[in-house]
Amino acid sequence: MSLTIPSHIPLEHFKRFVLSMADDELVLGHRDSEWTGHAPILEEDIAFSNIAQDEIGHALVWYTMYMELGGPSPDEMGFLREWKDFRCCHFVTYPRGDFAYTVVRQYLFDVAEQVRLQGLLSSSVDALRSVAEKLLREESYHLLHSQGLVERLGDATPESHERMQRAVTEAFPQALGIFEELEGESFLVEAGAFVGNAALRSDWLKEVVPVLHKASLQAPVQLEAENVKVLVSPHEGGRRGQHLEYLKQLVDDMQQVYRLAPQSQW
Amino acid sequence: MDQKKQHQAEANTSIDRTAEVWKALEEVRDPEIPVLSLVDLKIIQSVEVAEDRVKVEMVPTFAGCPALNMMRNEVVAKLQSLGFEHVDVEFTFHRRWSTDDLSEEALKKLRAFGIAPPVRLTLPEAENHIERLQRAVAQPVVCPFCGSTETKLDAFFGSMLCKQLYFCMTCQQSFDRFKPL
Repeated sequence: MSLTIPSHIPLEHFKRFVLSMADDELVLGHRDSEWTGHAPILEEDIAFSNIAQDEIGHALVWYTMYMELGGPSPDEMGFLREWKDFRCCHFVTYPRGDFAYTVVRQYLFDVAEQVRLQGLLSSSVDALRSVAEKLLREESYHLLHSQGLVERLGDATPESHERMQRAVTEAFPQALGIFEELEGESFLVEAGAFVGNAALRSDWLKEVVPVLHKASLQAPVQLEAENVKVLVSPHEGGRRGQHLEYLKQLVDDMQQVYRLAPQSQW
Repeated sequence: MDQKKQHQAEANTSIDRTAEVWKALEEVRDPEIPVLSLVDLKIIQSVEVAEDRVKVEMVPTFAGCPALNMMRNEVVAKLQSLGFEHVDVEFTFHRRWSTDDLSEEALKKLRAFGIAPPVRLTLPEAENHIERLQRAVAQPVVCPFCGSTETKLDAFFGSMLCKQLYFCMTCQQSFDRFKPL
């Protein structure tokens, strides 16, 4: 174990947090990569291929941290683990769907990344602060890209509006599942390791609802003075390993080649 | 007295050896931007020499850069060729990597290679990184081929993680710009 964290932070809960970050990145990165060669225009093909590469690179950063905390190697985590052992949220596991859905999912996820990483900048754990500082800079490009698309496509033509609105309605409750409470997260919050999912969710809502609204897109929420009241229930279960079949299909695809010859050097 | 001289000699050897390592590392080129070395790119920021051991800390440009392993292998091979038995290369996030730290000389080499260099992010005062980036992206970019400022951002992303795609209205060519990071 080459990374030590302050002794008052329970290792098991800390590792669970790191794993949830890693798995979100890997699985969404894989979904993004499914647009390579298929996106509606060349610029977006390049964009999603780049974003996929970034996200999978970020997954590697988190898996490396997981290994340094005493876990298996990143390759074992990505390519030899059973799908039920992943701890990503359901949101990142859904098929890529319509391009509008991909844009909306990426935007909602990119904002979540911003608030998660921003929150880690003041973590009591050194390693989390330096990783967050690094990843935040790269992730900012993702947000500029996806927010720009949301703003343009939200009310560009009747068709783009309709497809984007359908995507928001579908993706919003799924996206709320990003903030499913992790087992033992209260210990981490108490130790100042991270701010906790409830706080992140509230920061996220404050950011996404006005942007969607400005793009003529309705989020399933009600605005009450300072508060945003959510009218749908979040799609949870992923953080506890209760996954949808979509993840099984994705993991089967992703691991197929590696499992043919696990000892191969690439 | 003799002992003191010996210590001095050892210290000098270590300083010479360190200088030799830096000089050798300046010959290790970025695999995709061969006009810049890993030292020019500030990917290598620290070197420690102790007898037959050398430790190099590398700071990734982009965390997902697929060339990182290749860079590591080339650094190891280079330092082994200097006679070091143990070469430790470690990637670290504890040091910052930002295009703001690239020297004017490095930016000039990028331009000559046909890549528009990144603008400085620290110049405009801004609340947060997103705002800084937005301001940076809004600044005019000079075409590396014809010097025109009549250029437009075609895509936030490009052929490599560290580049984005621009188009020059004057000479009607696409070009890459190194992402300000």
